[in-house]
Amino acid sequence: MCSREGTPQVPDATGLEQTANALRDRNAESILGTDFGRGDRAVLLVNPAHVIDTLTYLKTEGYTFLASLHGVDYYPDEPRLGVLYELLDMTEVDRITVKVRVHTDNPRIATATGLFPGANFPEREVYDMFGVVFEGHPDMRRILMPEDFEGFPQRRDFPVGGEPVLFTYNEENSYGKWI
Amino acid sequence: MSLDTADYRKREESITYSAEPAGEGETHELLTLNIGPHHPATHGVLRLLATLEGEVVRDIKPIIGYVHTGIEKTAEDKAYWKVIPVVERMDYLAYYFNSLAFCGAVETLLDVEVPPRAQYLRVIHLELNRIMSHLVWLGTSALDLGAISMFWYCFRERETILDLFEMTSGQRMHTRYFQVGGVMEDIPRGFAAKLRTFLADMPNRADQYADLLEKNQIVFERLHGVCPLDAETLLSLGVTGPLLRAAGNPWDLRKASPYCSYDHFDFKIPVGTVGDNYDRYRVRHAEIYESVKIISQALEGLPEGPYITTDRKIALPPRHELATSMEALIHHFKLVTEGFRVPPGEAYYPIEGPRGELGCFVRADGSAKPARVHMRDSSFVNLQALTPMVQDSYLADLIATLAMLDPILGGIDR
Amino acid sequence: MEIKREPLSGPGAPSDFRARQLMARDMLRGDLEGEALERYVKENVLTTTVDKAVAWSQGNSIWPLTFGLACCAIEMMSIVGARVDVARFGWEAFWASPRQADLLILSGRVSVKMAPVIRRIYDQMLEPRWAISMGACCSSMGVFNNYALVPADKFLPIDVHVPGCPPRPEALLHGILRLREKIHGTEREGWRERYHAVGTEEVVPNGTNTTSSAGDAAINVFPGGDTAGA
Repeated sequence: MCSREGTPQVPDATGLEQTANALRDRNAESILGTDFGRGDRAVLLVNPAHVIDTLTYLKTEGYTFLASLHGVDYYPDEPRLGVLYELLDMTEVDRITVKVRVHTDNPRIATATGLFPGANFPEREVYDMFGVVFEGHPDMRRILMPEDFEGFPQRRDFPVGGEPVLFTYNEENSYGKWI
Repeated sequence: MSLDTADYRKREESITYSAEPAGEGETHELLTLNIGPHHPATHGVLRLLATLEGEVVRDIKPIIGYVHTGIEKTAEDKAYWKVIPVVERMDYLAYYFNSLAFCGAVETLLDVEVPPRAQYLRVIHLELNRIMSHLVWLGTSALDLGAISMFWYCFRERETILDLFEMTSGQRMHTRYFQVGGVMEDIPRGFAAKLRTFLADMPNRADQYADLLEKNQIVFERLHGVCPLDAETLLSLGVTGPLLRAAGNPWDLRKASPYCSYDHFDFKIPVGTVGDNYDRYRVRHAEIYESVKIISQALEGLPEGPYITTDRKIALPPRHELATSMEALIHHFKLVTEGFRVPPGEAYYPIEGPRGELGCFVRADGSAKPARVHMRDSSFVNLQALTPMVQDSYLADLIATLAMLDPILGGIDR
Repeated sequence: MEIKREPLSGPGAPSDFRARQLMARDMLRGDLEGEALERYVKENVLTTTVDKAVAWSQGNSIWPLTFGLACCAIEMMSIVGARVDVARFGWEAFWASPRQADLLILSGRVSVKMAPVIRRIYDQMLEPRWAISMGACCSSMGVFNNYALVPADKFLPIDVHVPGCPPRPEALLHGILRLREKIHGTEREGWRERYHAVGTEEVVPNGTNTTSSAGDAAINVFPGGDTAGA
């Protein structure tokens, strides 16, 4: 990072634990874990069934801005597909991350568009790239790839693809030759 | 699952018409018009499905993906050093910002200190890039509105800025100048003088742009009071940057959570009042002056020192050391063949790009290649605000609003 | 110049997008004969003064299509700017309608979703029409060799490839001037002309894997003028 003071401010470890405990008080199974990463990164690992409750609570706590919603493929760790919600509290300049992990055989999470209408396009992108279906989304379709594309490109087991490099010795027999 | 007729008819049923049919046999009809992806006024390959009632836009649906390049997937396949040019090509007018977001995230994961000289050099290049992005925006937006000659004036200034970029890095666009730990090279002799000439001249030029556009009645009518959107709606949609500042909310990451020594500089944040197109234009135009101020402060206060971190496990050693030092040779070899390894972790590094919050999420798994790179692009999220903005306004206002929204399709589609 | 559409026949006549390049390659190897050779001469060598005049005026007033895809589009816009001024050559009228444009400058990366759109636009352009593939992404896959991109040669016949990422405006202008020479019929042989090397081709030694129709004839023969700066 550019300077230590320059990293985004997050609640410190105690603050994160307090938030986690408050959430656990509301619903015992919601928080699966907390993580305080390098670069002062506060992450709450949340049960997929209770994402909306957690986000609603955090929104009332002041984290009213959804900065980013993106997916990660944790292959080969299970549960494989993760969705991260980066929340920002503008009045106190605080950031917190909510992480949800689902398996590939049932990748369904409730949509956050009711709380944050700005989650519309990002959720469609996570669906397009990873296959996570957001239930209740007004327009759950592919956004970046063509409509009839098969497969979820950003998953780690999807090949990168591309054209092979043709040299004269392998040009005739290569499948990449388009003459 | 895709856009079939039944889908459209259902949505159209929910649209209320503005007037009753006037005479015998007249009926309402909504026209679904496809604008793009090839169209002179869509900035890049943006496709808009507009549902029109006469000239009034009732609904608009942006369809994107026509320049989707799979940048994030390619970035997983390359060493961290090699991801920088790949990620730069995302938002292709803000290439320094893209690379700073990525380098910042990796530096957070590596826990490496960037030397102060490198930070100031980064700020100089970032603000020059911001001016350049706003110039291209101004030129192309004026072109859309019909004020065609603005294009040449803005691109004239852009050429000077690109000459400066070429002096430091050798490339006009996508310069790969920012590296993890600092910048690629120190500024050459003559750069400071040329930059000072440019900075002395730029406020006058910006005044000339204002003279050309603002007193023009046509530009005024097309921008003033057109398509306003209030700050709460923008915040709920996740919009930041000049759009939010035009609506009155002075949120700017350079001031709120300063990164890269932005807190050493004294500058103001231009804020609008109403949030219409005119405010959006004025905010961006005023940001040019503020960026000039930041660059002159950074140039005058440029500290001495190294331009990249001295940690040889991350940055290449200087070439003269390779002849004498064995460790330097080994470091050079490892860095060039495999690249540095980043300990496992995740980082999200947000910065203030010319269009709003540009963030980079990097997940490292201990190897020399990132396991996930995601760029939170500001245009991608800002595009969601187009629908509420242009609802119930004219088609010509849609074009003007799209210009003032400043979407960059490279960032939207990645 | 009358344009008639007929299928080609002869050794260098595959019915695909690189037909012109392959024909030029066979011409250089000396493989074109008979009817194919006459066709080639008729199409590529301007024999009459009227043809020359028509080609001269065509080359000096091309109307490019406003078609910007990605970063190369910004550099394409700066050739319209004042420093590198394409209006010197009469090319400043960037036209938005494909029906009235001559030249498609593919500036930027062509994604899978965009390729059919580009093909449709190219089909809407009227003959004579040319295409310049600007930048590394559409010529070859460029920086991104992945699932999402398509090289332009796969769906369009390209006349000039301009390398660079993005190519400097001067580089694009060089490509444009080579296209202009091609239209005028004065295309250069490239480096072979500069170094007086016309007629030097590399021959593949026997036993190497070449199953092409030309047998062990020349490889690495770049037809002059078809690749910018070859």
